[in-house]
Amino acid sequence: MSMFLNEAHKKFREKIIAFAQNEVRPRAKEIDQKSEFPADLVKRMAELQLLALYVPKEYGGAGLDVTSYAIAVEEIGRVCGSTGIFLAAHSSLGVFPVWYAGTEEQKQKWLIPLARGEKIGSFGLTEPNAGSDAAGTQTTAKLVGDKYVINGAKRFITSGHVADVLIITATKDPKLGYNGISAFIVEKGMTGFSCGKEEDKMGLRGSITSELSFEDCAVPKDNLLGNEGDGFRIFMETLDGGRISIGALALGIGQGALDSVLEFVNKGTKGGKPLSKFQQYQSVIAEIATEIEAARLLVYQAAYLKDNGQPYVKESAMAKYYASTAGMKATSLAIDVHGALGITKEYPVERYLRDEKLMEIGEGTSEIQKIVIARQMLEK
Amino acid sequence: MDFDLTKDQKMLQDQVKKFADAEIAPLAAEIDISREFPWKSIKKMANLGLLGIVVPEKYGGAGFDFVSLAIAIEEISRVCSSTGVIVAVNNSLTTYPILQFGSEEQKMKYLPPLCDGSKLGAFALTEPNAGSDAAAIETMARLEGDNYILNGTKRFITNGTEATIFVVFAVTNKELKHKGISAFIVEKGMPGFTAGKHEDLMGIRATGNCELTFEDCKVPKANLLGKEGDGFKISMNTIDVSRVDIGAQAVGVAQGALDAAVKYSKERKTFGVPICNHEMVQSMLAEMATKIQAARLLVYFAGQCKDKGMPRFSKESAMAKYYAADIAVEVTRMAVQIHGGYGFSKEYAVERMYRDAKILELYEGTREIQKIVIARELTR
Repeated sequence: MSMFLNEAHKKFREKIIAFAQNEVRPRAKEIDQKSEFPADLVKRMAELQLLALYVPKEYGGAGLDVTSYAIAVEEIGRVCGSTGIFLAAHSSLGVFPVWYAGTEEQKQKWLIPLARGEKIGSFGLTEPNAGSDAAGTQTTAKLVGDKYVINGAKRFITSGHVADVLIITATKDPKLGYNGISAFIVEKGMTGFSCGKEEDKMGLRGSITSELSFEDCAVPKDNLLGNEGDGFRIFMETLDGGRISIGALALGIGQGALDSVLEFVNKGTKGGKPLSKFQQYQSVIAEIATEIEAARLLVYQAAYLKDNGQPYVKESAMAKYYASTAGMKATSLAIDVHGALGITKEYPVERYLRDEKLMEIGEGTSEIQKIVIARQMLEK
Repeated sequence: MDFDLTKDQKMLQDQVKKFADAEIAPLAAEIDISREFPWKSIKKMANLGLLGIVVPEKYGGAGFDFVSLAIAIEEISRVCSSTGVIVAVNNSLTTYPILQFGSEEQKMKYLPPLCDGSKLGAFALTEPNAGSDAAAIETMARLEGDNYILNGTKRFITNGTEATIFVVFAVTNKELKHKGISAFIVEKGMPGFTAGKHEDLMGIRATGNCELTFEDCKVPKANLLGKEGDGFKISMNTIDVSRVDIGAQAVGVAQGALDAAVKYSKERKTFGVPICNHEMVQSMLAEMATKIQAARLLVYFAGQCKDKGMPRFSKESAMAKYYAADIAVEVTRMAVQIHGGYGFSKEYAVERMYRDAKILELYEGTREIQKIVIARELTR
């Protein structure tokens, strides 16, 4: 598929591959083993202007498109899931809401530093009692004078501990359902806002996943994104687009698994015969490669539709659901190909499986994606 | 990849869709039971240019591209898989090899009648003892004066009982193994050539599938396609192209099944609500739709590879055929499931679609062979 990218995308992809293979790949094992937030790579991605690829240059972005963004997440995810998820979360969850719903003042104040990577962004939607049922948020925001006072807790927030700017959803009154939800820009250091524990996770161990706590956290009125009650629309739009990046990440990790399989099979022999001549290996390679190629087409179709202003909700849900399912199968089979070596840390394949698992869960579980797809289909 | 159809492709799609719904769909159930070859439909499709879609206009064809051919096959197969494969065989297995490898005389003689519906085509490679191992065919052809004398048997030849123009593969030099196979254009009526009785099959029951017998069959020298020894190359090149169309047929069958399942799920009620309101049903529909879209993109991508002149696209076409066939069987199975007990009755179309789907994993290269082709391309 990459052969049919236009010239600009082709060149961009080559640039990203060079960065990913030369600078990110050598760090990946250590990032995972030490559960190390890759601050050095974040800095490099900021220097290379990768942190807001689809945002116009006047707001600090690279002035490219969603397709370029998907390419970046795929190729970086291909060598390091943790660095990939940081990029996806910062761009889709931190940058996007301000780009989508911010006033000119808010864009000047927050979008530019976020896009440039001078500030790290994050998105606080999920709560201990509200994941898939995101509209069931119990974090409240009450207008007191000229400030919104926020009370509540968030869980599983990517980059929470290191974020400078967090988009937080909170409701006027839980009884109002999704109509009562608003989105706020909260900054690190604001009184009443603190981070709780950092999750100890199966995979993406170089990505910080945080608990957030709001105790009478007073946020200026100017930090309201959009209008009161816009929160649901803002986060749905954010997640619709975020799906493309998580699809790209799931795809990238799956491609990394395929890379490992081909490297292993092309080197190995059994009884003097190359492994590539054994039908069992051929069968697994064909299955993985086909599904990864299909995932690639679905992800880039969704990106294409978004770039061209066409409806993309169903396609982005399909892309994320399919790519994460295919990625899980690819990473699991990749371990099988390596045999016992596959479950040792000597090879990266066990890490790929651990990293891939989140793709079926975060930013909308596969079950939710299927409901989104079904709803789009049945509405016709 | 071009994710949007061109204007011409979109027009063709709309036209074939309407035609298929109006003229082909009403006959599908009946011809499945009676096994009657749908000649009336063939004539109508000839008038629409659907029998020689990629054949240039100067030979009586429609002069379209390979993606257009895939689109047409998909839309026809959506309502009737038998009709779909009849058209696919005429196009990609008969007109294509003659167009690609024939002399000017052969093209002028055989392409116009194949395009105008007066003569139907077929492709005779498979034998009782040689399916996947195509190079092991035993039909012999020896040169005697101005004729080749053919002796042997072919099995499972689609369109066999009705076709009058056959591309037949036979061994001209046993010592050269696969390089000793040649291709011939054989016409019904040539002495020593008989078509056997119509096979009684699980699915695609109206395709005139039969055995062919050659007993000292005299074929003029002028009917040699290409040169002696070109046969294997011709068959492999042709199958690269026809895989795209069988992939398209599979996507069509699956889409027809999904359409039926969606329709039924909106009408049928359980526990007081239409079954499409139940999460399990929504989950199934979403999975079906996603897999069909993945398969469709793989098929169109392979078609684009051919249209863009990629010299080698075996991997892409094998991926398309393998995956689309796989999901067609899965999707039709799920469609029967959604219909409950009614799905098992001939009162509903899905049981036929489920039976029609199985062959897709077998003919024109079993899924196992496709996987070997794919793996070989990746482990060179």
